[in-house]
Amino acid sequence: MWLYFFKRVLLGVLIVLVAVSLLYSMIHLVPGDPVKTVLGPRASPELQAQIREKMGLNDPLPVQIVKFIGRVAQGDLGEDVFKRKSVNIIVFEQLPHTIYLVLAGIGWAMLVGIPLGCLSAIYRNSIIDRIAGILSVSCIAIPTFVVALYSVLVFAVTLKWLPAIGAGDGESLRSYLVHLILPAFAVGLGWVGYLARLVRASMLEVMGENHVRTARAFGLPERTIVFKYVLRLAILPTITLIGMSIGILLSSAVFTEIVFARPGIGRLIYDAVTSRNYPVVMGSVLVTTVLFVVSTTIADLVNALVDPRLRTDK
Amino acid sequence: MSGDLEMPKATQMPGTWQIFLGSLKRVVREPLGAMGLVLVVFVLVSALGATWLSPYEPNKIDIKAKLQPPSAEHILGTDQLGRDTFSRVLVGGQIALKVSLISIGLALIIGLTLGLIAGFGPRWLDNSLMLLFDSVRSFPTVMFALAVVTLFGPSLTTVMIVVIVTQIPIYGRMVRSQTLALKDAEFILAERAIGAGFFRIIGMHILPNVVGPLLILASMDIPFVITIEAGLSFLGMGVRPPTPSWGTILNDGYSYIYNTPWPVIAGGIPVILTTLGFTFLGESLRDVFDPKLRKEI
Amino acid sequence: MGEGNVLEISGLNVEFSTERGRLKALRDVDLTIPRGAIVGVVGESGCGKSTMINSIIGLLAHNASVTAGSIVFEGSDLLQKSERELRDIRGNRISMVFQDPMTALNPVLSIGTQMIDIQYRDPINAEQKKARSIDMLKRVGIPDPGSRLDNYPHQFSGGMRQRIAIAMALQAEPALLIADEPTTALDATLEVQIIHRLRDLQHSMGCSILFISHHLGVIAELCDTVIVMYGGEVVERGSVRDIFHRPSHPYTEKLLECDPARIAETTRSLPTIPGEVPDLANLSRGCIFAERCDKSVDVCRQQAPVDREVGDHHWARCHLCGDQAR
Repeated sequence: MWLYFFKRVLLGVLIVLVAVSLLYSMIHLVPGDPVKTVLGPRASPELQAQIREKMGLNDPLPVQIVKFIGRVAQGDLGEDVFKRKSVNIIVFEQLPHTIYLVLAGIGWAMLVGIPLGCLSAIYRNSIIDRIAGILSVSCIAIPTFVVALYSVLVFAVTLKWLPAIGAGDGESLRSYLVHLILPAFAVGLGWVGYLARLVRASMLEVMGENHVRTARAFGLPERTIVFKYVLRLAILPTITLIGMSIGILLSSAVFTEIVFARPGIGRLIYDAVTSRNYPVVMGSVLVTTVLFVVSTTIADLVNALVDPRLRTDK
Repeated sequence: MSGDLEMPKATQMPGTWQIFLGSLKRVVREPLGAMGLVLVVFVLVSALGATWLSPYEPNKIDIKAKLQPPSAEHILGTDQLGRDTFSRVLVGGQIALKVSLISIGLALIIGLTLGLIAGFGPRWLDNSLMLLFDSVRSFPTVMFALAVVTLFGPSLTTVMIVVIVTQIPIYGRMVRSQTLALKDAEFILAERAIGAGFFRIIGMHILPNVVGPLLILASMDIPFVITIEAGLSFLGMGVRPPTPSWGTILNDGYSYIYNTPWPVIAGGIPVILTTLGFTFLGESLRDVFDPKLRKEI
Repeated sequence: MGEGNVLEISGLNVEFSTERGRLKALRDVDLTIPRGAIVGVVGESGCGKSTMINSIIGLLAHNASVTAGSIVFEGSDLLQKSERELRDIRGNRISMVFQDPMTALNPVLSIGTQMIDIQYRDPINAEQKKARSIDMLKRVGIPDPGSRLDNYPHQFSGGMRQRIAIAMALQAEPALLIADEPTTALDATLEVQIIHRLRDLQHSMGCSILFISHHLGVIAELCDTVIVMYGGEVVERGSVRDIFHRPSHPYTEKLLECDPARIAETTRSLPTIPGEVPDLANLSRGCIFAERCDKSVDVCRQQAPVDREVGDHHWARCHLCGDQAR
């Protein structure tokens, strides 16, 4: 089992390395001078020479990649050419906002999605189940940014119940939370659907297993069986699913932040892209990718930890 | 037990056409499938017929008629330049479908090829390809698209290339696992024993097993790709103005959301209908083709 | 209802609605379990044993329906009871032990939790419930039960898990214990231990046991009376002696013939019964065993046989047996 852990973590590291290399190498795919690509058209010749030196753009590509990885490993993600600030600092300054958004989104999705899935499984094939099923699929299908736009339209513009822009006045927690409501709603809506479906399928599977039959044969009340005997087992795949979908969550967060003009990685990237500020873009993408790989690796490891112990013989 | 040699009904293999019709019937029987099919047909028809169905030139500017709510002249109202939203929506749909079908089609073909190579080829090749696939998949697609756009500039082609590259692993992985599973199956070994050629094995055994799941994957992929295109265009990273895209319609509308809600409503509804339609259809296709549920055909 | 009978099944008919039509899973099944007796059920897979058990405890699948018959337990018909009444009886007056010990227990709850949970009906406090569980574990032969109560199922071997299952079943001192092939998944030495343990417990508690198995040796050793099932029908029933020494139904004879344990000389190939189990959705008019029976005559294929008495409390459903019809 430890061998599996080791291999899996190693694979994760390998994936990150390849991803980082890809990201870096893309600079060279652009026709023209890579320095101009990185710095954009407005850089001065002195700056160009400096960067060329620093990035070792005269070295062969594999050497460049290795050097870059070395820098990243030490925490140096490069420098923002316009603000002369370390990309590191810029990215990690904005990251918390995105993380709060993602957590809030997945939080409310769990609060609604898991009970919905439970009910669907208990009352399988009833009217509740069928409606919940269609709603779940719909939630999954509709793009997050469209949900974001429509919620602004309905709740902010038309009903004027909630604010549409920003993250609050920067002072009070309450203001921050109020500004978090609509964005979290948009990010989490798709997840309500995923979770409801997964919990339903998982519960139905567990309910068909022999130990549930035993529990029934001993006359345990249905409520005990569902909550104590079934749900506890059925919830496990959910945890791993959440871990694996951080990637999708991050993408939704990007759009949501832009629609709501919230601070965060999404906003950061958007501004950087429009100003052709590649170091910032690359740094942000790197951070999010690493987050993604880490979370999927952890999810896989949790899965393996929980699985062999339980699935003894089937 | 009958003594004659007549083949019992259950073991006669139905033709491909019967399988197709039979599946279609089962898809329509479920409300989800029926709804999905109707929506998809509706979207496809309006996209194909966009040029004929549009009452106006989608890029025709008419400042005097700007930001109007729906009326007799303009079914969905007008945008900030007085352009007819309905026409723009129709043409936008054409673009959305074109982008998704071409990108998915190419990703499918390339993925299929790579998957076969990974399955049949040497171990090291398989491992390298899988590592490459995993790495590409580790980028959140939108992030990756943004990085590429930063370097290469925004354009529809850029978006399509990003989509193709990020979707190849999905199809590649599936084909690869099917190939690996079937490669050592007894009937394949039997075929090779009688000297069957490589392409015959692929054509007769691998492909038929892979086609169903591939189609299901593709149909589930279409809404995703449409979302990506609309999303990136919304950010200004995709389609170049003045070409209409559902994303640009939404973006334009968003700037004026406090003036009039109509462009946003009009731009969002086709996205919702299309994504719902294809997702419903894909879901019911998957239910129909899921081997666990399939008892007899 | 006979005075000393814990369970009386009369004329039970159960059908399933499936895509292929109505499956007649049980037809005119009769079964009597006297108080304190051990009744064995012998039959191949698909003979209807599981359906019969599920009918007794009321856990038939949604597409199953009882079309005729009664199951009288301690004076009242179980088929007429509500779900709540049945739940009161399950694990209390009627308990079960299942075939596969590896999957029968919930993997994420300790065995103590599970054993105490099923005592939820009893008005005693937690300490007493715990003590009762520990005592029961001791009686089935689990060493050091006090500390093992907190262990999880996967920390026990298959044989231990089956003992735990028996402990759980007998905890409430039920009137009837249904054991569905409890030793099939265990090796021979374990089987012997469990069977002896079961017999001892039965003697001290005085409960009745319905013991399903296809291991004829165990049936012979443990049971007082035996029923033989085939294709959804009870083809023969009688005392253990009668069934094993004076088998009347051709199927029973064949079963005994094919039992590897009874074969006197070493041989290269074991005898089997030719043919396949019947399709319960498409039943013919005649005897259920006619196709595979080497003694069958014309009437066997044309007319379904009724139960005929072939001895004292010994019945066989065959045209060729006995002289009086029931």
